[in-house]
Amino acid sequence: MAHFTKANSIYEWLDQRLALTKLWKVLAAEYWIPKNINFLWAMGVVLMTMFTILVISGIFLLMYYKPDTKLAFDSVNYTIMQEVWFGWLWRHMHAVAASVVFLVIYIHMFTAIYYASYKRGRELIWISGMLLFVTFSAEAFSGYMLPWGQMSYWAAQVITNLFGGIPFIGDELVIWIRGNFYVSDPTLTRFFMLHVFLLPLIILMLIGLHFYTLRIPHVNNQDGEDIDFDAEAEKYKAGLKKEAKVIPFWPVFLSKDFFVVSVFMIFYFYLVFYHYDFAMDPINFDPANPMKTPPHIYPEWYFLWSYEVLRGFFFDVGPLSAMDMGLIAFGIANVIFFFLPWFDKNDEVAPAHRRGGFFIWFWLLVFDMIILTIWGKLPPTGFNAYIGYVAAVGFLALFAALPALTARRRGLLMLVIITTLLLFIVGYMVYAETMESGIIVALLFLLFYALFFLSPVVVKRVGGAK
Amino acid sequence: MADQERRSFIGKVFGGFAAAGGLAALYAMKRTWDPLPSVMAAGFTTVDLSPMKPGELRTVTWRGKPIFILKKPPTDNCKKLPDEPKKRLVKIGDSDYLIVIGLCTHLGCIPTWEPDKKIFHCACHGGEYDACGVDTFGPPPRPLDIPPFKIEGTKLVLGEEGPEYLKLVGKA
Amino acid sequence: MNRELKILAIIVILVGITYWGIEPYAHSVMHPHHEPATFKYEDLKPLNVKGDAARGKEAIVNNGCTGCHGIEAAGFPAPMDPVTASATYGVNPPDLSNIASVVDRKFLANFIKNPVHAALLEHKFSDSKPYPMPAFYGSDQDLADIVAYLESIAKKDISTREAYEVACMRCHNLKYDNLTVLGEKPKFKNDVERAEFELNLAKYEANLQNYLGTTPPDLSMYIRSRGPEYIRDFVENPQKILHGTAMPRVGLTEAATEKVIKHLEKVGDRKKEKRERLGVWVLLYFVILSVLAYLWKKEIWKEVI
Repeated sequence: MAHFTKANSIYEWLDQRLALTKLWKVLAAEYWIPKNINFLWAMGVVLMTMFTILVISGIFLLMYYKPDTKLAFDSVNYTIMQEVWFGWLWRHMHAVAASVVFLVIYIHMFTAIYYASYKRGRELIWISGMLLFVTFSAEAFSGYMLPWGQMSYWAAQVITNLFGGIPFIGDELVIWIRGNFYVSDPTLTRFFMLHVFLLPLIILMLIGLHFYTLRIPHVNNQDGEDIDFDAEAEKYKAGLKKEAKVIPFWPVFLSKDFFVVSVFMIFYFYLVFYHYDFAMDPINFDPANPMKTPPHIYPEWYFLWSYEVLRGFFFDVGPLSAMDMGLIAFGIANVIFFFLPWFDKNDEVAPAHRRGGFFIWFWLLVFDMIILTIWGKLPPTGFNAYIGYVAAVGFLALFAALPALTARRRGLLMLVIITTLLLFIVGYMVYAETMESGIIVALLFLLFYALFFLSPVVVKRVGGAK
Repeated sequence: MADQERRSFIGKVFGGFAAAGGLAALYAMKRTWDPLPSVMAAGFTTVDLSPMKPGELRTVTWRGKPIFILKKPPTDNCKKLPDEPKKRLVKIGDSDYLIVIGLCTHLGCIPTWEPDKKIFHCACHGGEYDACGVDTFGPPPRPLDIPPFKIEGTKLVLGEEGPEYLKLVGKA
Repeated sequence: MNRELKILAIIVILVGITYWGIEPYAHSVMHPHHEPATFKYEDLKPLNVKGDAARGKEAIVNNGCTGCHGIEAAGFPAPMDPVTASATYGVNPPDLSNIASVVDRKFLANFIKNPVHAALLEHKFSDSKPYPMPAFYGSDQDLADIVAYLESIAKKDISTREAYEVACMRCHNLKYDNLTVLGEKPKFKNDVERAEFELNLAKYEANLQNYLGTTPPDLSMYIRSRGPEYIRDFVENPQKILHGTAMPRVGLTEAATEKVIKHLEKVGDRKKEKRERLGVWVLLYFVILSVLAYLWKKEIWKEVI
């Protein structure tokens, strides 16, 4: 039994029962962050802010939204947008935040890749972060259906159709997910449930897990330096604040984050009020019409890169159709980042500009994903089809090459590069119709995938090179 | 020691039984996600073809899509497939039928059948299909799609893949 | 600090390139450029004769215009109710009282002379499937007189809603403004009245669909789904933007088109002004907040670096 005495204040009374002082120390005042950081380290708090905005605006949208195919469109576009006081503001904030949050997620993610914050004890931070990415994607997809506009409907129709590519159970799975043979009322109501309850609940739990995974390995720093947090914290507490390599989460770290968040809010609210078309596609202001397909169907911008990996394969290979090839690559693309800590075979924790080949690899990846994103929106006709193919194969090739690159296995690296270049060449010949997609193409892909799957298993991990 | 083992045995039984309950609950959840019986039933549309007259077009709705059924289409207008108009038609009873999804393959508008010109004409962007449902003019990229069907006597069941359907789309 | 600005610059450039690719560039590929509307109707023959309104009124009666069209302003009621008219003609013929307030005079003359040609509907109507309004074989003087008469009775200063009603309402619903193809939806005294209205509406819509081959869309959210430029260009020449569409060229003047667009904005984006006004204050708030946050951060970090 704990010791209770007469409390002299409400705080003291609460402190005796809830240990508030200790809790505040553990969570904030003595939670240590490296001092050697830049504003990219504020993206976590920016994300937390965006998520809060999404939850709050979502609550008010929920008060008037009606999850029924006959009512949904008008409840959003008439009731919320034109009648409810500030309804339009919540709607714009929700839609724009849902889009912008992915921009911040991508920056957060590529910061972690650049500074090697996904390995040497930080694997679970990375994995819980990727789980958050996947859940956010599902949350965004389910939310996009709710206004029941043309793009809501057709994006849902196309994306749920993708599950039809899974062998044996595909067709039934699609019907099962939709609750009907086509996207319709049961689909809307079940995605509504997912969007407003189940997925946010999972996201909240994952955010807790993500924070928790940070506690033992601690936050990384700009130089990948291995800091003795206990010793540095003692220094700080002893008053050597300038000499200590750490700062407390509150108020030092957060004071900088608040500045970054405030500046980010200027950008965000500019988009909310004056530049929202990228997040609220005009086509979605046409009510859903199962009898009329819009001229161009594309997903929201943050899904475009993986969508383009799916579309990039435009010819059959061996027994697999172009669609199957695309689905395989698409499936891989959606999970490959989870395995990054095991594709990187070097234990060294350092920023990319000090890791030689990895620096080039990083910028190739960024470049490739931008190309995939842009070409994911362009109609896949003419030469665009070949560019999509190169970018899609290139994306997989970057991961196939990573084990050899990081473990400095030159021979293996050359093999991956040559195979990839050959795939580019045969792809062009098939595109230009100077060659049939035959046994040679099939063998090349077989070799490519063998390298892709075997390298991370076979290549031995190497220690941090000095 | 023996005591401990027995406890762990009972523990295992308890755990196993609890897991079985969990599986049963999962099954119930999976079933709740399943399409409703009424939805499943509506996914198979049966059409009695016997009262149809030659040259008559019927439109039925199947899975949210319009289906065109045309008895004895005027195949003399099937220009693009002069030698094999039969490839897109199916024989039911003693006459040929055209069975297609009535959505323009361009942008999904619903074309209209114009008996005097013997074409399907799409009012949205002027696409045209001949009496075999093959695109002959305008933006449509391919002929009208054929829905899965099965033939039961003079009845047509939309939604099931019968041998006639598989032959038509070249899967058998 | 220097390094942080460099990082920011890299991010801004990369995001800028991506944004350019998926928005302006992709949209320019998906929606090919077309010449903006001029509202000159240059393909039509100009009307060079001066008309006389009094003779125009006679010409209208003598040529039987009022057999199909009402002219409420001149005391000619519509000869049929809209549902019966739509069953006969496909669409309810317009009341001509304010037609000259919205339609260009050159277009009006050309339309009376040869409706199918002026409306750019040659692909839909022919001798075997004639347009419900017959061509006019009178002289140019007659045409000028009729146009002069219609101009003389038309309200000079119609509201945006009236412009919409004359120009679009007989084919398009405007649900968020309580307007149907039959006119404003009235307050119903009882369920029977409601059911009767809805039955009439359904009949009219069915006739219209039969006539056009497709159901014209409700325009409530068109200001957001299409935007003002598209609507402007589309109204001026539907065939140029959407080849083969069932929509006729209606020959609005530029001023009337702007009125229609203004009305669609009032209906589909009625918070626009509020949004644009509030935005300034919110941005100002965050600018000040950023300055304060920066000063506070500096003060706190003074101790640690």
